[in-house]
Amino acid sequence: MKKTSLTLQDLAAPLLSGLNRFGEMALFLLDAFRQSFFTHRLPGKVVRQIYTIGAQSMFVILLIGIFTGLVLGLQAFYAMSMFGAQGMLGSLLSLTLIREMAPVLTAVMVTARAGSAMTAEIGVMRISDQIDALAVMDISPVGYLVTPRLLASLAAFPLLTAIFNVIGIFGGYLSACVLLGLNEGRYFSGIESSVTMSDVSGSFLKAVVFAVIVITVCCYQGYNAHRRSDGKGPEAVGNATTSAVVVSCVLILMSDYVLTSFLL
Amino acid sequence: MNPAKDAAWDIRIERLEGGYGSRRIIKGMDATFPGGAITAILGESGGGKTTLLRILLGLTPPFSGRIFMGGRDIFSLTPSQFRRIRRRFGVLFQDGALLGALTLAENVALPLTEHTKLSRKVLRNAALRTLELVGLEQFADFYPSELSGGMRKRAGLARAIVTEPPLLFCDEPTSGLDPITSAQMDQLLLDMKKHYPSMTTVVITHDLGSVRHIADHVLVIGDGRAAFSGSKEELYASPDPYLRSFLDREAQEERRMTAPPLDESVRAALAEWLNQ
Repeated sequence: MKKTSLTLQDLAAPLLSGLNRFGEMALFLLDAFRQSFFTHRLPGKVVRQIYTIGAQSMFVILLIGIFTGLVLGLQAFYAMSMFGAQGMLGSLLSLTLIREMAPVLTAVMVTARAGSAMTAEIGVMRISDQIDALAVMDISPVGYLVTPRLLASLAAFPLLTAIFNVIGIFGGYLSACVLLGLNEGRYFSGIESSVTMSDVSGSFLKAVVFAVIVITVCCYQGYNAHRRSDGKGPEAVGNATTSAVVVSCVLILMSDYVLTSFLL
Repeated sequence: MNPAKDAAWDIRIERLEGGYGSRRIIKGMDATFPGGAITAILGESGGGKTTLLRILLGLTPPFSGRIFMGGRDIFSLTPSQFRRIRRRFGVLFQDGALLGALTLAENVALPLTEHTKLSRKVLRNAALRTLELVGLEQFADFYPSELSGGMRKRAGLARAIVTEPPLLFCDEPTSGLDPITSAQMDQLLLDMKKHYPSMTTVVITHDLGSVRHIADHVLVIGDGRAAFSGSKEELYASPDPYLRSFLDREAQEERRMTAPPLDESVRAALAEWLNQ
């Protein structure tokens, strides 16, 4: 008899599948950390990945950072002028950047630039037997491909976030002080009086959590590209790359809310 | 482990069944690959050759059955014991499966780089000497994407033998190659046998010329089972109709084209497109 109504099983299937994938990702992450004890010649591989994830993302972070600071300075200046509170602009801009915008935008930009590239690279390696070749040479594919990226990102994300903070504050200075004539002393004294060490360490904590999320999601999607049901071969790699970017960005914003609620 | 001197490892397959999901491709196979010999595995496309190879390499778990390598049942081993056995494998994948981010020399030296503390200089020398064996020493600093398919296969073979493994598996080493490059590949496998007399080699191939040239032993897979397992001479002398149709390259009756496959509506659409 043809089934006409949705059963509980039909409704629960996507939820169970999502939970199953989340569990697999957690085990994948644990394996990547575990492999850091066994992977041969790890420091060299980590340094190469710091270059790929960190150094090669510098330009885009500088660009996004300066324009974020510029536009924040501009908006905040006019908004605060309505209350005669331009003197608070330095505080507002620096806290917004350090607590929220720098870690989130850095993670999103690195996902778009380096995360998508690593999903595509690992996905192509999967569909062209390169990962199987590593396994039969008794080289752990997770240790060889994921662990160096994970450790490199733990160093690169906080550094890129720090650079974003500095360049963003500089952008705010350019728009508010140089272009709109706010007093420099009021701008910088506002920053100095309001930013505490806990704001900066909170920013770095977020960067580290986002690094783990981005690398786990992007590497997992590439590593399992051959298991996708929405495509095979190159199409699966393309879909895996799209999923990696979307899932990473959603998880970054969700975890940002959770972290912020604990940090405040 | 030195296959130039040590005892050869034979491979014995008993009642092996395997496939993907619920699809059974290998359906109760029994076969033996003699140690120190080159065994060619023949069979129709989609007949289970690559599935058998993936099971032998431990990349796909079987449904049931046993495989003995060098006298040890590999499915009764713990994962770490199996990894120790797998270190003795050399594998040439269909397209070489070279890592695209590494040069040929780095690819060939990869197993040594990842498992030993040898210096860069020693590793490079080992890679260059092995590349010389396959005639690619002048391409040591090229990336795989800069090479032809035949060169990638030869480089894949160099990587497979750099650890001097007692078991060498080759998945279609001559497919897609011109006759001269195919002959070079065959000669390489024969040279390998001369250098490493106790190396057991398993070659999956469709190339009957290769089988005639290099094989000591042949396994023909038909319908997921061993349709034939024996020497090359026994295979060519066999009167079995399936083997004869295979060796004489005769198409099976039910797969012959008795009428053009396209109907008139498709032809009309094609004609319209061609005349645009």
